[in-house]
Amino acid sequence: MLGTGILKGLLVTAKNFTGSYHDPKRMVTVEYPEQKTVLPENYRNFPFLVSESADDPMGTLRCVACQICEKECPPQCIIIEKSKDKKPDAAGKQQFYPAIFSIDTSVCMSCQICVEVCPFDSIKMDKVFEIAATDRFQDLLLTRDRLAKSNSYYHQIHPEEAAEVDGRLAAERKIAEEKAKAAAAAKAAAAKPAASVNPASAPAAPAPKTPPPAA
Amino acid sequence: MSCSDQTGLDAELLAFGRQSGPTVRAVHDQFHGDLLEVSMGPQHPSTHGVFRMVATLDGEQIVKLKPVFGYLHRNHEKIAENTTYLGSMPYTDRLDYLCSMTTNWAYALAVEKLSGQAVPDRAQYLRIIMGELTRLVNHSCLVGFLFNDLGTSFTPLLYAFREREKILDLFESLSGSRMMCNYQRFGGCRVDPSPAWLAAARALVDNFPRFLDEYERMLTGNEIMLARTQGVGRLDPAHAVNAGLTGPVLRASGVDYDIRKVDGYGFYPRFDFRVPLGAHGDTYDRYMMRILEMRESVKILQQAFKDLPAGPIMDPKAKIRGFRPKPGEAYGRIEGPKGELGFYLISDGSPNPYRYRVRPPSLINLTLLEEMCLGHTIADSVVILGSIDIVLGEVDR
Repeated sequence: MLGTGILKGLLVTAKNFTGSYHDPKRMVTVEYPEQKTVLPENYRNFPFLVSESADDPMGTLRCVACQICEKECPPQCIIIEKSKDKKPDAAGKQQFYPAIFSIDTSVCMSCQICVEVCPFDSIKMDKVFEIAATDRFQDLLLTRDRLAKSNSYYHQIHPEEAAEVDGRLAAERKIAEEKAKAAAAAKAAAAKPAASVNPASAPAAPAPKTPPPAA
Repeated sequence: MSCSDQTGLDAELLAFGRQSGPTVRAVHDQFHGDLLEVSMGPQHPSTHGVFRMVATLDGEQIVKLKPVFGYLHRNHEKIAENTTYLGSMPYTDRLDYLCSMTTNWAYALAVEKLSGQAVPDRAQYLRIIMGELTRLVNHSCLVGFLFNDLGTSFTPLLYAFREREKILDLFESLSGSRMMCNYQRFGGCRVDPSPAWLAAARALVDNFPRFLDEYERMLTGNEIMLARTQGVGRLDPAHAVNAGLTGPVLRASGVDYDIRKVDGYGFYPRFDFRVPLGAHGDTYDRYMMRILEMRESVKILQQAFKDLPAGPIMDPKAKIRGFRPKPGEAYGRIEGPKGELGFYLISDGSPNPYRYRVRPPSLINLTLLEEMCLGHTIADSVVILGSIDIVLGEVDR
């Protein structure tokens, strides 16, 4: 009979309409500014720089200004200038630091490639999405001081990933320390016989005395 | 307007279908007499983006239709030739922004062919899962928009979006972004889904046929919909093959051509699924094709969840930084939700591709729009355009 298809369809609509008042399956929207959904762990928006301590975020940046992310960034939104001097990092090694590190969020497309290529785990994705600003040049260009956020903040927004990163960094640091210790021990061991033996007859001594090869 | 003035007539003929000018104007044609030229778009809600149709009407019937596009041209191919191989991966998300997972896959496939990169089994299965979920996203979107074009004023569209949003939530919790997933990599995938994610995806897929049943109950038997779509926008198979059409639009005309079967890329030969075919090639067949393909996708997904092996998701030999394939060329293609999506790459051994070319299914399927619309009304042309399924990000690139 003509019209039965329409009536059947309207029945479905009526079911959805009444369901939207009591059936949780059909109540799918939230009243946004008052209610907010929980963001998933992997959610990404714009990058930020991880620093070791929350008290001095600018002084303890993990970034060593190697500029890999600047080169790999597809829309070229990262601006880095390497420092002239060096500062000790968390492991006590002397490293460069970024004198300028800016991300133009009006260009950034949140692709996460900077995070993937960073060998120092120093740049990660933030979860802040309410970033409306009135000025598109000053407010959307995130400078070093606005990008630096502490490791504890990183733990807060990506708990699983941060725990994994911390574990890996600690393991690397341990290996490095053991290597340094072993190197120091080897050095000490090498220095001892050298000191005990007469320098004139030591096998290492003649090396600089050999005549330079003919040009 | 007088027909006796020969030079005036020529001037009118030259101006026929011109690129700019008033939205509606009178034109004159030697064979049809006085006609009306209507320019629809680029800011028309039913053109699915910034797309313009210049339709010439004789009475109410369309006698000529000229698609005008390029409003969303973003220089995608040239940008990719100036970025590293990995750097173009997030740009491919922006090609077909409804189904970024499949565009990622096609590009990754082309680069893997170029560099001879192997992909582990688990990643192959994950790719099929993501690809078929994307097909569900795309097709449910499409049927929603198609009914919006028919004038059902948002109800079916929002029901479809409700289901789509559930899949996009899965994508977001996995890859970090709802639509710009950036998930595939050369030699695998970026993130390994947790067991909780897989359970949620499996539950969603198992419930999906229920949504399809509800949707079909609501609309497939609707008499108004049948009257508006059956016999509208017919496309005969010979024409479709000649124009190089692919995807559901081609199969609605009865041509059995599905790259998942023909090419057998990925692990598709391991899966048991059927390819639905249409008989008439009209708008109704194109609609039904999408519904049936979604049902087949659900079958593929259920098999994939059942057989998903454990193991690594990235090939250990895959390189993230400093990726330079050896000189050569490769064409990787997949059956995207819209048709054959291919990437053609030429490498000269440098970190950037020498040539990067996209074969966009939307653009090539759009070429027969005029053939389908001739003899129909403006209102029908909107429905026909909706049934072709275009995304302007891919048409213009």
